[in-house]
Amino acid sequence: MLAIWLQLERDQTLRHHGAVATIAFTPQLRRFLAVPDVDTSAATLRDALEAAFELNPRLRGYVLDDQGHLRANVVVFVDGRRSSDRIALADALAPHSRVHVLQALSGG
Amino acid sequence: MDTQRAWVATRKGLFELHRRGDSWSIERISFLGEPVSMVLPPQDGRRMLAALNLGHFGVKVHASEDAGATWHEVATPSYPPQPEGVTGPAWTLLQIWSLEAGQGIVWAGTLPGGLFRSADFGQSWQLVDALWRRPERAEWFGGGYDVPGIHSICLQPQQPEELLVGISCGGVWLSHEGGADWQLRADGMRAAYLPPELAGSPNTQDPHRIERCRAVPEVLWCQHHNGIWRSTDNALSWHEIAEVPVSSFGFAVAAHPQDPDTAWFVPAQADERRVPVDGALVVSRTRDGGRSFETLRRGLPQQHCYDLIYRHGLALGSDGCTLLMGSTTGHLWSSGDAGDHWQAVSAYLPPIYAVRLG
Repeated sequence: MLAIWLQLERDQTLRHHGAVATIAFTPQLRRFLAVPDVDTSAATLRDALEAAFELNPRLRGYVLDDQGHLRANVVVFVDGRRSSDRIALADALAPHSRVHVLQALSGG
Repeated sequence: MDTQRAWVATRKGLFELHRRGDSWSIERISFLGEPVSMVLPPQDGRRMLAALNLGHFGVKVHASEDAGATWHEVATPSYPPQPEGVTGPAWTLLQIWSLEAGQGIVWAGTLPGGLFRSADFGQSWQLVDALWRRPERAEWFGGGYDVPGIHSICLQPQQPEELLVGISCGGVWLSHEGGADWQLRADGMRAAYLPPELAGSPNTQDPHRIERCRAVPEVLWCQHHNGIWRSTDNALSWHEIAEVPVSSFGFAVAAHPQDPDTAWFVPAQADERRVPVDGALVVSRTRDGGRSFETLRRGLPQQHCYDLIYRHGLALGSDGCTLLMGSTTGHLWSSGDAGDHWQAVSAYLPPIYAVRLG
């Protein structure tokens, strides 16, 4: 309960200061589902994606596989750095981080 | 109706064709640009499914309630969490390779080897645990893909609870109880790609494709990696068909719906050279249970043809005469007289994954 309260407190504080990370999804996904940018106060990439999936549950299967790992042909950039942790997705996000979820050219 | 409409699943979309007299024409394209790995034709005249295999974003299933006019996404079969330390292929859906329906149940055969069941036409799917957790699965391996896959699902018209699946490479499995129990049924098959002492192992056979005779369901035909086999006792035993003309290597088979002695095959040269023999595309037809074959070539290219008819590339109508055949090169041919004469339908389709009538 304390953890939830602290997260809510952090969200409120960050939003108050306009300090949230933003996830942008490749426009290629628009032919299957709506993918507006998502603002989140999450501290890790995994939590940020979960926030996006909460708003759009069908999106999960397009980004993650059955085991919750990043799909082999999806690539994520956090503030211009390519994420290499495809399993835990533990990349740290800072306030104002910009996350891009894109199609990898390996997939076609 | 299943001789008047056809569905061609390709690397770049789903094509609906209609027949007028002896000619077929493309009437509608769905999912243009997307890989469609399999299609389930309308089951009650309207409800159908298409399995997509998006290059970046994984497998998706779409349903139509109006025979392909409009589509909406439904649930995707999903594997359960892979237990720690379990080896073998990842428990991740890579492709839907087969779709069949009967008695209100839709069955999906997949890579990496799981069979899924849906009782609500794709709104939800359940992994058939009794097959997935068979200890023999640890010995299965890929045939055509890096991981094992279920390409054939043969329902039993006279026994609604019975189904048989073909796995590359995992042999042939039969369930009498709707997927709750399974028996390995590949005795008699022979795997020349294994060491001699393992060649007869039922669990690692590579049946490229299996089809059942609907009217005499204990008769099954199999185009295997190492030849052609037939069973007359519902897969209790398999008998190799020897001395097949042109070649006994291939992928596709079509079983006559009424005549248990009639079946069609499309030979390719060999495992290591998957093209028509001498550049001439032919269809092999037996009408006497495999004792002899006719080589059908009228209307098919006989020079410099390098097309391969893959597992699901040959479709036969309920009349036993209407045939459609699509190649991985994107050519499509039809026959209205059981293969005696063929005509080109299209020479410019994307690589064809599956052809189905209905």
